[in-house]
Amino acid sequence: MSSPRTVRHRLAADAGLLIVAAAFVLPLAWVVLSALDAHANLQVKIPDGVTLDNFDAVLTPDITFTPLLNSLLLCGGATLLTVASAALAAYPLSRYRSRFNNPFLATVLFATCLPITAIMVPVYALFVQVNLIDTMQGTIFFFAASQLPFAIWLMKNFMDGVPKELEEAAWTDGASSFQSLIRIVLPLMGPGISVVTVFSFVMMWGNFFVPFMLLLTPEQMPASVSINDFFGNRGTVVYGQLAAFSIIYSTPVILLYVLVARRFGGGFALGGAVKG
Amino acid sequence: MKVGRGGARRPLTRALPLAPSLVLLLLFLAGPIAYCAYIAFTDLQLTGQAHSSFVGFDNFTAAFKDDAFLNAVWLTLVFTVLSSLIGQNTLGLALAALMQRASKPVRTVTGAVVICAWVLPEVVAGFLLYAFFRREGTLNAILDWLHLPTQNWLFTLPILAVSFANVWRGTAFSMLVYSAALGEIPKEITEAAEMDGAGGWRRMWHITLPMIRRSIGTNLMLNTLQTLSVFGLIWVMTRGGPGNRSQTLPLFMYEQAFQKSMIGYGTAVALLLLVVGSLFSLVYMRLLRSEA
Repeated sequence: MSSPRTVRHRLAADAGLLIVAAAFVLPLAWVVLSALDAHANLQVKIPDGVTLDNFDAVLTPDITFTPLLNSLLLCGGATLLTVASAALAAYPLSRYRSRFNNPFLATVLFATCLPITAIMVPVYALFVQVNLIDTMQGTIFFFAASQLPFAIWLMKNFMDGVPKELEEAAWTDGASSFQSLIRIVLPLMGPGISVVTVFSFVMMWGNFFVPFMLLLTPEQMPASVSINDFFGNRGTVVYGQLAAFSIIYSTPVILLYVLVARRFGGGFALGGAVKG
Repeated sequence: MKVGRGGARRPLTRALPLAPSLVLLLLFLAGPIAYCAYIAFTDLQLTGQAHSSFVGFDNFTAAFKDDAFLNAVWLTLVFTVLSSLIGQNTLGLALAALMQRASKPVRTVTGAVVICAWVLPEVVAGFLLYAFFRREGTLNAILDWLHLPTQNWLFTLPILAVSFANVWRGTAFSMLVYSAALGEIPKEITEAAEMDGAGGWRRMWHITLPMIRRSIGTNLMLNTLQTLSVFGLIWVMTRGGPGNRSQTLPLFMYEQAFQKSMIGYGTAVALLLLVVGSLFSLVYMRLLRSEA
């Protein structure tokens, strides 16, 4: 029953959206086209011929593999730490009543919104004093701590969704809380855990400021920092290679996002969005 | 009332699983914040860090007399208002409203493109927009093709360029928030308004906006908090320059602390940023509470 008016409305809406999409797609088109172009510059243009030379040139240990491995170590380690700590912390918060729960959760929610950027200078000064500066473990600890408030918040909400009755049977069989957490609760909240894991990992993978401040040795730098070398140390900027590297570096997070968004829908997107 | 196993007899063992999180949060989050509050009142410098002394509010009084600081405050305001309040928020709402009426393929494509901009790592987004706004970049090529005057955007209007970059990167969030909010408005209400002859704009203003006001509040708060702490995007595009014409507070803080070695002063600026962030955070929590 689409009246001429609804059709007209739909066409207008389509046109409006396509204009915005065209504006948004230009920078994305640049990175894709330039990566395939042997003579890429700063403009969006159709390459004269498609080539994979740019990818060939950047796929070396120095430029790609070491930084990506560093990123994986940093973000993977910190994500593991975040998810494990958050799962443990969520259990008493979700299962027991205590007068500390609400103040604690309020503090956690408050910390979720704090601008982490602002505390990087004191964190640097502190890390210099306790000799954690320029160490992978120090950066991993800080990454985990900065992501924890949100991870605890999400994890607690997901855990609230697992009915308590399921555990009670295990308790009467003499299982400890820890056993019932590992054997019953966590397996039942697989989607929740994957959301927290993917979200933490994606946030850290894209983070530039934290490793930029806390790591000094070039060999330890993750991809988010090493990408700047395309401008500094290698003379004239080869834009095609910068674009190729950008694609390699961005692919994991885009894949992870698509994977999770597919399975869990917009809810993940929104949950994930809180920290934007 | 159901009491969990062990009753109130063993509150400590029950709280044990909280220990790893508590240790991490205290050592690496609460610790630095406390340290931040302390060194903001000292004259700590990067060189010769053994001698720092308590200077009271000197760093803060110095800041408010410092033109570079006031410039950074002004630019942060411009950046936040332009990119978060006006840009991301309005564009996000417009996209969500249009998506309700658009055909499915167009909706899917637009959503994918906008979200892709948002999922990309911050530094990559910075490079893409740097290429877009450079003198030899795509924007000028298009303007030239349309016979419009071109200019070196990153030099003439750097704060505008980085604000647009932030809109490009952050709009997806508002779009998702508003899509969810609009989806929850019952169809009967909009249909009834349509029957009464309320046109599109009037419906938006009198019915839709009041119904999603909580989402608007939440969205504005979170957008603003996120925008206040943007560093990488601006750093990649302009380094805060030319001069200090796109130097927002995070970049100013960084420059003072590391390029000028004034850790105490840089931290004082950081503390101000933290206080502003905390205020927004508290307002956000109030909003969430009234929503529940």
